[in-house]
Amino acid sequence: MTAPALARVAVVGASAAGLSVAEGLRRDGYTGRLTLIGDEPHLPYDRPPLSKQLLSGAWDADRLRLRSAEALDALGLDLRLGAAAVALDTEAREVALADGDRVGYDALVVATGVAARRLPGTDGVAGVHVLRTLEDALDLRGELRPGRRLVIVGAGFVGAEAAAVAREAGAEVTMVTDAAVPLADALGPDLGAMLSQVHAEHGVRIVPGVLVDAVLTEGGRASGVRLADGRTIEADAVLVGIGARPNTGWLAASGVPVGDGVECDATLHAGSGVWAAGDVASWPHPRTGERVRIEHRTNAAEQGLAVAHNILAGPDHATPFDPVPYVWSDQYDLKIQVYGQLRGYNQVRVVEGSLAERRLTALYGRDGRVCGAAGVTMPRATRRYRLLVAEQAPWPSTADLAPPPSARQAPSARQAPSARQAPSAGSAASGGPALSGRDA
Amino acid sequence: MKISVDVDKCCGAGQCVLAAPDVFDQRDEDGIVILLDANPPADQYDNVRKAAAVCPAAAIEVQE
Ligand SMILES: Cc1cc2nc3c(=O)[nH]c(=O)nc-3n(C[C@H](O)[C@H](O)[C@H](O)COP(=O)(O)OP(=O)(O)OC[C@H]3O[C@@H](n4cnc5c(N)ncnc54)[C@H](O)[C@@H]3O)c2cc1C
Ligand code: SF4
Repeated sequence: MTAPALARVAVVGASAAGLSVAEGLRRDGYTGRLTLIGDEPHLPYDRPPLSKQLLSGAWDADRLRLRSAEALDALGLDLRLGAAAVALDTEAREVALADGDRVGYDALVVATGVAARRLPGTDGVAGVHVLRTLEDALDLRGELRPGRRLVIVGAGFVGAEAAAVAREAGAEVTMVTDAAVPLADALGPDLGAMLSQVHAEHGVRIVPGVLVDAVLTEGGRASGVRLADGRTIEADAVLVGIGARPNTGWLAASGVPVGDGVECDATLHAGSGVWAAGDVASWPHPRTGERVRIEHRTNAAEQGLAVAHNILAGPDHATPFDPVPYVWSDQYDLKIQVYGQLRGYNQVRVVEGSLAERRLTALYGRDGRVCGAAGVTMPRATRRYRLLVAEQAPWPSTADLAPPPSARQAPSARQAPSARQAPSAGSAASGGPALSGRDA
Repeated sequence: MKISVDVDKCCGAGQCVLAAPDVFDQRDEDGIVILLDANPPADQYDNVRKAAAVCPAAAIEVQE
């Protein structure tokens, strides 16, 4: 069976995922109309530097451009910037834009990403920030001066990166998190503890294990936060980093299946010629069958390419999207990298380096198979273990893990690590097991 | 085909090496990209285009 005629593709969301769809379509030979709709006024720009080089002032906004104007021109786009999609009619196959325009399509891609969650009652309160857009980052940057007191609510990667930049700018930083160990959610208790330690050494005050109840204001401006246990912390500015919500409101009456994001099948198709890519897309992972939604930069690019490929192949010939997820985070001089999905892991082992050196690669396993690899400031070595993650290799015996031949390491790092396969008592903090004992 | 990389932008993701190991490598210490071949042979073109597309820092530029 051949795919239905395809002459009009509309992509909603003009950022990493949307751009990747557009590029993938053109590269695979699609010559029809290609409309790229984005509600931000800017040409597509990159978000990871917002909490890193842009926040610190090392880069200006121009450096965030994902593609040069010429490269975008070459794509031959019908580019609609500053134009929010407000509704979708899957019968008529039309997207309605805020300016009243309607864009018809044969295939539509939802790439609208996510929006930062806010604390209730803080809309429009001066001094309360989130960090998702260029404007957010520039506003926050304006607050980072020596002596200014910044409270960061939440200790995910974005909050932790902002904490590092704020300290380097001389601000006084307090990080409040309901987790017992900040960052343990993403990496497990031992790596989480190590990172907390690094932040503490850089002068970040960490207040763990408590929720923020409310932002306190004085004359319409944030003056601090009140914690669930009644304590208050004074602040000149508050950064709320408590995660994000998929931008699916505009799909409400469309019949497109929406749960935590757009619910696609394994090929990223959500039915009726509607596809999704990037932070907003949820799909059943072909190997685990579990529905996943991934907020990582490389996922947006890879998923965009996969959607482009599948649109051109047509629903009957579309192939499942089966990635090895990858995310990184830069904090101070540490580079953290994670391949695969650590969620639900119940085995972990340091395979190169050590916690003490703050340079290491650790393997994570679930039910006897490798499910992830995490590295701290060992990018090249960590990448080598990606293969084990991709293959979901059986959990290796220590003997299988002779360091790869090209690994150059400090002598102390090259000892055979010991494995501890059962969850340990000390790991109650975030539910994961601890790293193997030797140097933890 | 002519490739250039912006090492300042590169975030050491290594996605380029996975896509085109004959053309890209990474420095050991910080993972920053090393361009092994700025004018690769034609059989590498597809891999290189893929690398440029998936690079999460938009650090690879390809002129054809
Ligand atoms: C501060 C920060 C730091 C990050 N750091 C890292 C990192 O170090 N490593 C990493 O792997 N990932 C990182 N990420 C995550 C990464 O940036 C995202 O995974 C990526 O941006 C997802 O791309 P996307 O295109 O799916 O969504 P988005 O980038 O969210 O883009 C969606 C676009 O759609 C637009 N839009 C929304 N609704 C509509 C509508 N109705 N009509 C039209 N347009 C609409 C939005 O305004 C936006 O422009 C970071 C994110 C942030 C915010
Ligand atoms: S994929 Fe891009 S960011 Fe990653 S190492 Fe290669 S050039 Fe650098």
